[in-house]
Amino acid sequence: MTRSLASLSSSPSFRRSSSARFYSPNASLALVTPLIAALLAGFLYPVARLIALSFSGGTLSHYRRIFAEPLHLDVLFSTIEVAFVVTVASLLLGFPVAYLMARLSRGLAMAVAACVFIPLWTSVLVRSYAWVVLLQRNGIINKLLIDTGVTEWPLKLIYTEGAVILAMTHVLMPFMILPIYSALRALPPDYVRAARNLGAGPIRAFVAVTLPLSLPGVFAGSIMCFVLALGFYITPALVGGPGSMLMATLIGQQTTVLLDWPFAAALSTVLLAVTLLFVLLFRRMLSLSKGLNSVY
Amino acid sequence: MSIDHARVTARFPTLKDVFASPTIRSYSTAVAIVVAGIGIGGILFFLLLPTLIVLPMSLSETHYIEFPPQGLTFKWYSAYFDDPDWMAATWFSLKIAMATTATATVAGTMAAIAIVRGSLPFRSTLQALTLGPMIVPHIILGVALYLAFSPLQLTGSFFGFLVAHTVLAVPYVIITVTASLQRFDPTLELAALSCGANRLQAFFLVVLPNIVPGVAAAAVFAFLASFDEATVAFFISDIGGKSLGRKMFEDIDFNLTPVIAAVSTVLVATSLLLMGAVHLMNARKSRSY
Repeated sequence: MTRSLASLSSSPSFRRSSSARFYSPNASLALVTPLIAALLAGFLYPVARLIALSFSGGTLSHYRRIFAEPLHLDVLFSTIEVAFVVTVASLLLGFPVAYLMARLSRGLAMAVAACVFIPLWTSVLVRSYAWVVLLQRNGIINKLLIDTGVTEWPLKLIYTEGAVILAMTHVLMPFMILPIYSALRALPPDYVRAARNLGAGPIRAFVAVTLPLSLPGVFAGSIMCFVLALGFYITPALVGGPGSMLMATLIGQQTTVLLDWPFAAALSTVLLAVTLLFVLLFRRMLSLSKGLNSVY
Repeated sequence: MSIDHARVTARFPTLKDVFASPTIRSYSTAVAIVVAGIGIGGILFFLLLPTLIVLPMSLSETHYIEFPPQGLTFKWYSAYFDDPDWMAATWFSLKIAMATTATATVAGTMAAIAIVRGSLPFRSTLQALTLGPMIVPHIILGVALYLAFSPLQLTGSFFGFLVAHTVLAVPYVIITVTASLQRFDPTLELAALSCGANRLQAFFLVVLPNIVPGVAAAAVFAFLASFDEATVAFFISDIGGKSLGRKMFEDIDFNLTPVIAAVSTVLVATSLLLMGAVHLMNARKSRSY
């Protein structure tokens, strides 16, 4: 489901601003009624109930359990840490790809774009499955390592934090590439040419002109990656193990194995609060709705 | 994905250009280009690899997962199509995805019209609220929906999935259709209205034909948002009603067979065909300008 989300983070190009608002308040309200009904039934009411459950018994006992137990705090911190590492890895790997997409000639740029869109359009479940197959004990990567004599025994690749970071970076990288690509594409090549004309070398021109002007895309992509990584479930659940527990997988474990719903509700509320905090802090940089049209 | 080539006139020197001028400076440029090419080739390989290994694995003869595959067989596909559990999950998911496409596209398009053309109180609050299901982690929505649905016996039911997936799919519809509406000249609709058309006629005869590529793209996003969804489905499925996503998740976790590779190939083919169609439709539209 996250795939089309990446399409939503590029730059805008609205040709006409629509100042004409000629639907009356009553007609407008009628038009949004079905949506509001769906949101109430499938979003607001369930989430409100979940938050209420976390305070069940009229006490903060479930929250006290989270913050008193070092294990749970560790999970919270390692969730933030993994999200940060995944964001940095996506940026380092994604920036050159975005740069190439924006600067290559048409045919080659399309080929590079295909390499970004094909994984984006592949279900997260399928991609996580592929990583399980690649990383497992008798999987493709271990077989390759043994055949080439790099190692004698299969390495433990899957069910580690490294595997989680690798697979999550793969899943979230397109969300980094697309906003950077659209920032770079909006940058007129004249600017770089002017810098070169004035005596800057290619590296100086990149550092002084291209890089600063691509920063809006870098920020938009980074925040998108970070926020999505905070709450990711499918990939860490399939590729990670007990040693690489994240908030989402801890919530999953509390609900499916331990059946401790009030505690899971408290954990969910904490994760929700952390996510919303980051969204509100950076909401100016996060542009979910801009420029979907440049992407599909 | 329309790439604005008119602007991109500055290009990398090609290898031919570089080797044509045999100075030391261009030699180091050539080395830099080769190193950068290998690095970026590696990144692109990393991006494509998981999608690409699924097909050969689904055609492999061996029962355990092996690469490169030994022999060529369609038996995992027939195992998929002959297994009543897999088929039940697939039909259940298809029904939900088609119904979700209808509800999310209609409700989302109506709301987009009100957001762009209407005078709504609390417009920005409403807009933020509609995007909420995209920001809130799906695991939280999954747990919340399970807790809300299970006393009402809606878990594992078509209606429960329809409500949940409509909420998840609707932000994509609103964003896509809002962008289409903002590019459509509102004076045309006003012209239709002043020529005597009523609101519905103006919408179906003037507005809709002009925003139809956006609405179709929105419908594709909504379908895939539902059909490929697994996190919320994991929580609101039960023994009686299990979506394809939930069934796949279980099988990957407990019972890793090449049948999953066959199902994955079917899913990848579906997504690529649908998204490819949207892409082609929009490429044609932008050429006609």
